[in-house]
Amino acid sequence: MLFLETTPDTSQYMIAGYAIAFGVMFIYVASLFIRSRNLKRDMSMLEEMDKDK
Amino acid sequence: MQKKPTTLLALDIISLILLGVSTYLALVFAPTEAVMGEVQRVFYFHVATAWVGMLGFIAAGVSGIVYLRTGDLKWDRVEMAAVEISLVFFFITIVLGSIWARPVWNTWWTWDPRLTTAAITELIYIAYFMLRQGIEDPDRRARFGAVYTLIGAVSVPITFMAIRLFRTIHPVVIGTESAEAQGGFNMTSDMKLAFFFALFAFTVIFIDLFWNRIRMGTLADKVEQLKLKVMQ
Repeated sequence: MLFLETTPDTSQYMIAGYAIAFGVMFIYVASLFIRSRNLKRDMSMLEEMDKDK
Repeated sequence: MQKKPTTLLALDIISLILLGVSTYLALVFAPTEAVMGEVQRVFYFHVATAWVGMLGFIAAGVSGIVYLRTGDLKWDRVEMAAVEISLVFFFITIVLGSIWARPVWNTWWTWDPRLTTAAITELIYIAYFMLRQGIEDPDRRARFGAVYTLIGAVSVPITFMAIRLFRTIHPVVIGTESAEAQGGFNMTSDMKLAFFFALFAFTVIFIDLFWNRIRMGTLADKVEQLKLKVMQ
């Protein structure tokens, strides 16, 4: 790469990099959201059961 | 569960905006590097995610110390939140580095001191979650986690200093690099702006995710306690 006179086209690597970075971040945020929603659902169900008891 | 605080909601929105601006600066505003071409742009997120990863691993170590001193399980939740988020960001760092290396070093991976120490750090914290799963008693689990993250935190300065202490092909952006380093470049003022903004943006994103994850941990503990109460 040191002896190239023109800038090489490495845009595919850049696109792949940013796609993976955003993909991983999105999956993590979605997992946070889903886990929180499930916990809230469990909490309200358990509170109901506790009241009935 | 308490309603989400307005400050946290605002932080969620600010984080999203900062991520957008940081992406714009990295992909559009910063000039194309002449030797490496467009792939150099992954550098902005590569370093920013590494910074956040290391910040979280250090935060986990500090939380471990506080837990060992106080015995308050709240610090175990903080520690776990820090490790989880850092693990995700550090994974992005390693993947981005590998993608950058392919056109610049002509290989996806090499057992260079920096790459090796980074991989070991990631594996140490993956093992943290696997080992925690095997301990039933919450106090024992928290004590184990605290000691583990404290020892694990040693890998952070080793990874950071690897490119400054050993002969390595990994470039050093700030400081003096090894003579064997390949892929280094001098940052222009626009590149510096994109770089420092990415560091700032990812720090805010980390704080936002950290806060959200701690709240989720607190809720999980409450659910566990209520489950035990109902089952009695």
